Amino acid sequence: MKSSLRIACSRSHLQEVRDFVRTYLMGLDLPEITINQVVLAIDEVVANFIIHANGEDETQFLDLELAVAQHELNVEIADHGDTIFLPGAHQSPDLRAYIKEGRKGGMGMALVNRLMDRVEFFTRGNHTVCHLSKHLA
Amino acid sequence: MKVTAQPSADTLTLLLDGELDASSAIVLDTELAKPDILNYRKVLVDCAKLSYISSAGLGVFISHLQRFQDANVKLVFFNMQEKVFNVFEILGLDALMTIVPSAAEAEAA
Repeated sequence: MKSSLRIACSRSHLQEVRDFVRTYLMGLDLPEITINQVVLAIDEVVANFIIHANGEDETQFLDLELAVAQHELNVEIADHGDTIFLPGAHQSPDLRAYIKEGRKGGMGMALVNRLMDRVEFFTRGNHTVCHLSKHLA
Repeated sequence: MKVTAQPSADTLTLLLDGELDASSAIVLDTELAKPDILNYRKVLVDCAKLSYISSAGLGVFISHLQRFQDANVKLVFFNMQEKVFNVFEILGLDALMTIVPSAAEAEAA
């Protein structure tokens, strides 16, 4: 079962992305916490592409594709912008330091890495693609 | 995302309603950044209707926490849905923030 969505690079589309993912996962009889974790991981990657890779340029767009086969969820998020966006190696955020510094960002990719079984960013032509996967028990 | 502020004596209760993400976090940030919020002894955050939080939402709370602590304002979360608490837990924020089950416990915290 596959499903896909295309959105312009504006953070106002994040709600649409989450609703799309929830609707897809609702049909799989999963616990609410699992659904929320997958929704969150996808939301974080899409927000990163929109804000950091594309500077919220609404003329650019992202394609999201979800597929489940044999209890394995595979997610592909393809950025059609021209900036190659490859987040660095995952590091655990030092939250005590973040609190002290009053820091707002820097936790999104740490969350994604803890929520999904596999997280990969790679290039396809001059675009960036993110692949996420998770085993659904 | 809707934020409703309910002041009462030395406590300000913020009712969060909706989904807190990279798009809506600014609404909460504006509320927490108000200078007079530091005049309260406690800020209680009612999360009963908070149905989603992303790292952008967590970041808003983290970015104001030290300012609150420096002013001796206690920030307490209550009525948090399990799926939202799970996000705090995954990052270990449940150990760094005060999260209690009910309004009564938040008032007593």
